[in-house]
Amino acid sequence: MRYALFLGCTVPARARNYELSTRRVAEAFGIGVVDLEDFGCCGFPIKSVNRETTLLMAARTLAIAGSSGLNICTVCSACTGVLTEVSRELEHEDERAKVNEKLKSIGKEYKGGVKVKHILRILYEDIGLDRIKNSVKKDISGLRVAPHYGCHYLKPSEIYDHFDDPEDPKTLDELISAISATPVDYENKKQCCGGGILAMDERIALTMAGEKIDHISKESADCMTLICPFCAVMYDDNQKGISLQAGKEYNLPVLYYTQLIGLAMGMDPKRDLGLQFNKVKTKELLSKIGIE
Amino acid sequence: MTDVINVSELDPRFKYEIAAQPGGENIKACFSCGTCSAGCPVREIDERYNPRRIIRMALLGMKEQVLSSDFIWLCSTCYTCYERCPQDVKLIEVMNVLKNMAVKAGYVPSVMKTQIKLLSDFGRLYEIDEFDNKKREKIGLPRIQMQREEISGIIKLTGLDKL
Repeated sequence: MRYALFLGCTVPARARNYELSTRRVAEAFGIGVVDLEDFGCCGFPIKSVNRETTLLMAARTLAIAGSSGLNICTVCSACTGVLTEVSRELEHEDERAKVNEKLKSIGKEYKGGVKVKHILRILYEDIGLDRIKNSVKKDISGLRVAPHYGCHYLKPSEIYDHFDDPEDPKTLDELISAISATPVDYENKKQCCGGGILAMDERIALTMAGEKIDHISKESADCMTLICPFCAVMYDDNQKGISLQAGKEYNLPVLYYTQLIGLAMGMDPKRDLGLQFNKVKTKELLSKIGIE
Repeated sequence: MTDVINVSELDPRFKYEIAAQPGGENIKACFSCGTCSAGCPVREIDERYNPRRIIRMALLGMKEQVLSSDFIWLCSTCYTCYERCPQDVKLIEVMNVLKNMAVKAGYVPSVMKTQIKLLSDFGRLYEIDEFDNKKREKIGLPRIQMQREEISGIIKLTGLDKL
C-alpha cells in the first residue's frame, strides 16, 4: 500500500507534530508514504477569489501524483475536500481536456484516475478496526477523548461516497474505541472550528472555537482529538487567545488522532509523535496513562 | 444593508449571471425556507451574517449591495447548509460564485491579496526557509522545496497577479 503524501501548506510549517505522527503511524501499519517534491498548495485557499485558479492548482497536484502512479494521502481536511472534488470533476474527459489545455503552459498534464484519501479514512477503511485493535500495546483506557470531526473530512458527503454520515459521524468515535479510549459525546459535536474565517473576522472565529471548548470541558474530557491542522490552529494554537477573549481559563489538550493512536501503539511521545510541539501541554494527560 | 429596496436599482439579470457560473446553477430553486440560516454556525454568533438573506438579495437583483458586502466573505465553508438544503441550492458554491464576482467587480479583501502574494512567492501559504528545514531535519522530517514557478504561473494565467 503506497500513497503520495500531500502535506499542503499548514502541516509542514505549523503542524510538524501531525506530520511526524502520521509518518510514524503509517510506517507501523505498512502504509508507504512517498514525498513528491513538486507538491505545493492544493488551491483551496483561493477558491473564493477565483474558482479556475483553484481548479488548475488542484489539477496540477493530481497530475504530479498521477505521473508517479500514486494515489494521494492527505492530512488536511480542506486539502482533502478540494482535491477530491477536482479529482471527480476531472474524471469527465471533456473537463480534463479543458484543464490540460491550460496546464500545458506549466508543462503538466493530468491523465485522470488519481484517488484522494484522508489518512483517517485510510486507517478506517484500508487498515480497518481489527488491525488497529491488535496494534494496541499500551493501555490508554482511562482516557476520555472528545472527537472533533471538523467539516471537510465529511462534507460535501456526495464527493466522499457517503463513507460516513455527516449528520451522525462515527468513524473517529470508532477509531477512538478501537484503541480502548472512551469517546466522549458533547453538545453541538459537529460544529465547525471557525478556521475558514479566522483571517476575515477573528472575533467570530474564536467565539466559534471557544463554544466547542466549553461544550467539551463540560463533559470532563481529558483531551480533544482531531484530524485537520487548521482545526488544531483554532483549538490548540489559539486556545490562549480564546481564553483571553472569553475571560475564561481553558486547559484542554488537543491531540491529532495520529498522536493518540501512536501513544496506544507504544510510540515515543516526543521522538515519534512530537507532543512537545502541542501548544496546550500534555504532561497531565500523559501521566494519567503512566507516561512521565 | 438597506432597509428600503428601490426597485429601479435592482438588476433582474443578476440571478441569471449567477446561475450561468459553475456552482451557481441551482440558485433559482431557493424557496427561502431558512434551513441554511437555521443551521449556520456563523449566524449563530453574529446575526449580520445571514445566508438566506444573501440569497434572497441576490435573487431580487441587489447586485451592488451583495457584491460589495463584507458578509459574503464570512461563510466558514462548513457545508452544513449544503448538506441540508432541501432544494439543493449548493449554497457554498453559490457563495463562491458571489465572491468570485465580487473580486471581478473590484472588491478584494486585503487578506486575499496577501494570500495570492504568498502563493506566488512560495507556492504555499507559508514559506519554509533554510531555518525551518533545519528544524524539520532535526526531528527526522524531509526537507521541503518551495515550488513557486508553476503555481505563480497558474496565478498569472488566471489573472490573479493583476488584483
